[in-house]
Amino acid sequence: MKRFLIPLGLFLVLAVFLGIGLSRDPREVPSPLLGKAAPAFSLPTLGDSGRGDGPAFGPETMRGRVWVLNVWASWCASCRDEHPVLLGLAESGVVPIVGLDYKDQPAQAQGWLERHGNPYVLSALDADGRVGIDYGVYGVPETYVIDKAGIIRFKQIGAVTPEVLKTRMLPLIQELQR
Amino acid sequence: MIPELGHLALILACLVSLVQGTLPLIGAHRDNAAWTGLARPAAQTQFALVAFAFGCLMQSFLANDFSVLYVTQHSNSLLPAVYRAAAVWGGHEGSLLLWLLMLSGWSCAVSLLSRQLPEPMVARVIGVLGLVAAGLQLFMLFTSNPFDRMLPAATQGLDLNPLLQDPGLVIHPPMLYMGYVGFSVAFAFAMAALLAGRLDAAWARWSRPWTNAAWVFLTLGIALGSYWAYYELGWGGWWFWDPVENASFMPWLAGTALIHSLAVTEKRGSFRNWTVLLAIVAFSLSLMGTFLVRSGVLTSVHAFASDPKRGIFILAFLVAVIGSSLTLFAWRAPKVGLGGGFALLSRETLLLVNNVLLAVACGTVLLGTLYPLIIDALNLGKLSVGPPYFNAVFVPVMLPLLVLLAVGPLARWKQADARDMARRLRVAAVMAVVAGIALPLLAGAWTPGVALALALAVWIAAGTWCQVRERLKSGWPPRSFWGMHLAHLGVAVFVVGVGMVKGHEVEKDVRMAVGDTVEIAGYQIEFLGMREVDGPNYTARQGAFALSKDGRRLRELRPEKRAYAATQSVMTEAAIDSGFTRDLYVSLGEPLAGRGATPDWSVRVYYKPFVTWIWFGCVLMALGGGVAAADRRYRLKARRAAEPATADDGVAA
Repeated sequence: MKRFLIPLGLFLVLAVFLGIGLSRDPREVPSPLLGKAAPAFSLPTLGDSGRGDGPAFGPETMRGRVWVLNVWASWCASCRDEHPVLLGLAESGVVPIVGLDYKDQPAQAQGWLERHGNPYVLSALDADGRVGIDYGVYGVPETYVIDKAGIIRFKQIGAVTPEVLKTRMLPLIQELQR
Repeated sequence: MIPELGHLALILACLVSLVQGTLPLIGAHRDNAAWTGLARPAAQTQFALVAFAFGCLMQSFLANDFSVLYVTQHSNSLLPAVYRAAAVWGGHEGSLLLWLLMLSGWSCAVSLLSRQLPEPMVARVIGVLGLVAAGLQLFMLFTSNPFDRMLPAATQGLDLNPLLQDPGLVIHPPMLYMGYVGFSVAFAFAMAALLAGRLDAAWARWSRPWTNAAWVFLTLGIALGSYWAYYELGWGGWWFWDPVENASFMPWLAGTALIHSLAVTEKRGSFRNWTVLLAIVAFSLSLMGTFLVRSGVLTSVHAFASDPKRGIFILAFLVAVIGSSLTLFAWRAPKVGLGGGFALLSRETLLLVNNVLLAVACGTVLLGTLYPLIIDALNLGKLSVGPPYFNAVFVPVMLPLLVLLAVGPLARWKQADARDMARRLRVAAVMAVVAGIALPLLAGAWTPGVALALALAVWIAAGTWCQVRERLKSGWPPRSFWGMHLAHLGVAVFVVGVGMVKGHEVEKDVRMAVGDTVEIAGYQIEFLGMREVDGPNYTARQGAFALSKDGRRLRELRPEKRAYAATQSVMTEAAIDSGFTRDLYVSLGEPLAGRGATPDWSVRVYYKPFVTWIWFGCVLMALGGGVAAADRRYRLKARRAAEPATADDGVAA
């Protein structure tokens, strides 16, 4: 009799795991870069003229400050969803937001910012996506919080929601700024 | 109005299935003919109601009724009509409705084609199917109603996911679901047999054509899905070990094992408990496949609809169905006898090995699919399991199975003669060894992988040929014989395809400017230029590539990069020159900054030898399953039982 209960037992164990799995988000992948230094780069930035001819930018410029790196693109639909959140954050002046314009055309990117508002202190142009690879970008948008020493402290995959901003990013930023 | 009618039909169908799932089962238990008699009309009514609901949803799509939330989410007035019809199963709610349509269709088919079965058996089978249907219908009505209105109505829909706008999607999910759901019939038969306490040869014989039919659909569905991934995803791969692919592959493995163990149960009365367990497992894995895809517990390119609330409901449903069936199994199985004994070398033993290997293969796939979830649940971190694991674990399990495939059908039941079998397979063995040494050299280079694959394929094909020739000496064999050998031959063809693609494919990612030529496996592909093409709901940049061999132009290939307006997404359409022995595959990557007016493009150029044999093999397997299911002996019983009073009744056998 007992051995005929084995399939049932195995299934019940499996069901427990499936149940626990339901409460997890498989998309939430911890970045191997967490706690590591933000990869260095030097990229041209978006100028007002709509050409990629702004002064070059590298993360070392931000040393000594807590800052947010937001990967975006004019072709990215969910960037538009998170855009009001970023605009609000920029307006509050809590933290500087640097944009990384990922695989995009400068003219289109500039036009997009003019239409939707510009929360970024500047936007570095990662036209061929090389820097995106260094940062382990899965998809656009993604957002990193980087501390005064240039260490990545937080990574958000997908749009930053007001909830994520309030419960996770802002407390962290305030702690890091102390 | 039409969506409301559909909703009403769905509610009525749910009430009917509650009746169908209770009264006939009680009636069969109490020998109440009036109640068991309800089973058939209930199944047929239920099918009519679900088909009507399905028709209502399809009509809402065809009429662009954007006041229906589900239509708005998955359609667009610019979408061509055939995709609007297929968009019915382009999302979660409609997929469930399709699942339900298939389930009620199979129940209706059982009710129509079961005149040879005893009344209580039919009542139990249809009753169990009714319970499954009731669970799904409650799930739909409470969490996933496709007929929900959205007021005020939208002026335009969000459009169907562009990945799914493809002829493949029109038929892939229905095929797959026919297979998934088809195992519910084998499951219901097993449950009915357990409830009745009669696990006999008759039960196995009734189950066989139904199991075969479901398996045929599942095989075709998986093959279509694989082909769809090959030409639509633009990576040129045909199997990715993606969780959702695995979810369809596991029931296939269990179903394949079930087909073989049913043969033993029917012919020899052995393996009865194991067969019942496999029937439960095959359907459970189908249900779990639905759960994995629909609940979002696993990430996958296919997981386009996920919602944790629904996940909890499906999990509860899963526990109810699988848990109760396994409990029934644990309760009834100990009383089942063992059946006939058999010698160490016999067809029973070989089929047992077949079953063990398939079960192990299924287990490894299950483990690999669920491992990330289990590790996460235990808070041990996040990880993903990819093709390296599956290839490393799965292939070694399959190899002995392929070797035995030529041997199994040769062995006699009960006691086989090793010397006799060796004598009959001598020729095939020699041919296999020769093929393993010589054929890869003809293809260019000798590599162990290709040699092994070709040797195994020839071994199976030659073994099959020997057996067919021998059998023909003693008269024309029945369809089940042909079906089996056709399916086995399909495996050989499939193995050739896999071996050659793995061993000899050439993949080149190149940067090309207009006028550039890339050389691949003796073919030249020249980039002629780009142009803009307007589709109904997208605009495409279409590349023109000239394919030539030895200076002779064969044809022009036109891969596309499509930008879909409503979803703002870009899709890659590969261009493939398909041939009997090779495919040439061109797909556009990204535009790169370039010199002239047309930018340079990164282009993927693949040479895939014998890749079509992979799907051709699957089609042969499915064909074999179909031929075996159509064997006369399943139908003869039907005719005999339909006219029980005739005088020649006893002679028919």
